[in-house]
Amino acid sequence: MAMNAIKVSGLCKSFGSQTVLNGVSFTVMQGEIFALLGSNGAGKTTTIKILAALLSADGGSVEICGFDVAKQSNKVRKVISLTGQFAAVDDILTGRENLVLIAKLRGVSNPAGVADSLLDRFGLTDASNKRAGAYSGGMTRRLDIAMSMLGNPKVVFLDEPTSGLDPEARLEVWKTVKELAGSGVTVLLTTQHLEEAEQLADKIAILHGGKIIVNGTLDELKKLFPPAKKEYIEKQPTLEEIFLAITAKKEGK
Amino acid sequence: MSKTGVLFGRLMRHILRSPDTIITVAMVPIAMMLLFVYVFGGALAPSIGNDVNYVNYMLPGILLMAIASGISYTAFRMFEDKEKGIFQRFMSMPIPHSAALWAHVLTSLVSNMLTVVIIFAVALIMGFRSSAGILEWLAAIGILMLFTLALTWVAVVPGITAKTMTGASAFSYPLIFLPFISSAFVPTETMPAAVRFFAENQPVTSIVNTVRALLNAQPVGSDIWVALAWCVGIGAVFFVLAVRAYSRRMS
Repeated sequence: MAMNAIKVSGLCKSFGSQTVLNGVSFTVMQGEIFALLGSNGAGKTTTIKILAALLSADGGSVEICGFDVAKQSNKVRKVISLTGQFAAVDDILTGRENLVLIAKLRGVSNPAGVADSLLDRFGLTDASNKRAGAYSGGMTRRLDIAMSMLGNPKVVFLDEPTSGLDPEARLEVWKTVKELAGSGVTVLLTTQHLEEAEQLADKIAILHGGKIIVNGTLDELKKLFPPAKKEYIEKQPTLEEIFLAITAKKEGK
Repeated sequence: MSKTGVLFGRLMRHILRSPDTIITVAMVPIAMMLLFVYVFGGALAPSIGNDVNYVNYMLPGILLMAIASGISYTAFRMFEDKEKGIFQRFMSMPIPHSAALWAHVLTSLVSNMLTVVIIFAVALIMGFRSSAGILEWLAAIGILMLFTLALTWVAVVPGITAKTMTGASAFSYPLIFLPFISSAFVPTETMPAAVRFFAENQPVTSIVNTVRALLNAQPVGSDIWVALAWCVGIGAVFFVLAVRAYSRRMS
C-alpha cells in the first residue's frame, strides 16, 4: 500500500495584513512527482518553506513521512532536502568539493566516494574539479540537485528548478527529476510553466488566491474542460523546437 | 561542533583561494604605516619625543585599523551566503542552526589574525622592536583577539540584515577612521579640548595605550581595564543583537 509522504491540511500563513495561504490542503504519495503550479506571488515558495521547516505556519498542519514539521522539525530535516529557487552552490569550491561539503555535513560515510558516484550520475564527472562558479546554468542546477540527493532524502523539494535556464538546460533538469522519482524519491516541485508540470508530474495542483483550486492527474484536469473538438490546423514548429533542432544539428547530435 | 569545523574549513578555503582579501585588508594599514613613519614621522617627533621609536608607537593603532577593515569582509561573506541561499540550504539540513554562524565568526578571527601577523612582519622590517616578555605578548594578542571578536559581532548584524552588498560593508568606514581621533598616532594632549575629550573617551585610545604598553614592557595602568570593558561590552551587546537577527532571518 502506498503511503502518504506529504500530508498538508488547512495551512494558513499571513505576512502582516497580507494573507498568502488560506487553508491549503493536499497529499502526496510516496514516489510521486507532485507539481504545485501557480503564478508569481501565489505562495508556492512560502508553502515549500513551511514544508521544509524553515518557516512556521499560522495554522494547519504538515506531516512529512509521518513527522509533524512544527513539533518534530529535526526528524523532518533528516528525511527531506530542499533545492531553493536560486541554485545554492558554492562558487569558489569545485563541484566535487561542494558535494563533499554537504556529504560531511549530513554525516554520510565515505563522502568522497559518494560524491564521485553522484558526479557520474549527474553527468558532471568531467567538470568535477572545476570551480562551480564556472559552470553553465544547467550544470549549476544539476550540481544543486545532486547536492540535494546526499544523505538519501525521502522527500525532495524543488522550488522552480528550471527558472532562468535555457531550453536545453531545462531538458537536462527534467531528465534529472524523472530519474530522481524513478529511484523512489518523492518530489514536490513548484513551477510557473504549465508545460513543465505536464511533462514531469504525476499529480498537479494549482495554487491560486491562497487555496488549492484544482488537484489531480493531468487526465483528471483535462476532464474538467469541455471535450476536445477536432479541428484541422497546420502545425507550425514552435520557436523552441526550431532552436533545439538547429543547436542539436550544429553539435552533430 | 564538528559541523562548525566543516563549515569553517569551507570558509577558510575561500580565503586561501582569494588571498587578496587578506592582502587588501593589510595593504591600506601598511600604506598608512609607511606614510606616518617616513612622511609625517620626522615632523611629529618633537611632540612624541625624539627618543621614541615611532614604529612601536603607532603599530597598535595600525593593527586596530586593519582589524576594523578586515571585519567588513566578515559582513560581506555572510551577506553573500544569505543572498545565494547557502544559509537556507544549511538551515534545511539536520545540523545545528548555529553552526553556520559560528563558522563565520571563527573565520573572521583567524583571517584577521593572519592580517595582524603580516602587519607585524612589515613593522619588524621597518624597525619595530619589542622588549616584552611572553606573558605581555600573550596579553597583547589576547586583547587584539578580543577586539576582533567584538567587532566581528558588530559585523554579523549588517551581514545578516543588509539589503545590498555596499550596505553590508559600509558600517566599517567610521570604525576604520576611529584610530585617527585617538592616541594612536599623536598624543591626545596636542588636540583641542572637545576633540581631546572624544579621543580620550572612545574605545580605541584605551586599547591602543594598553597594547602599546604591553609590547614596550611598560606598566599598563588602568587602561587595560577600560580596554577590556569596551571590548567585552561591545561584544556582548552586538552578540545579543546578532544572535537575535540570525535566528529571526535564518529560520
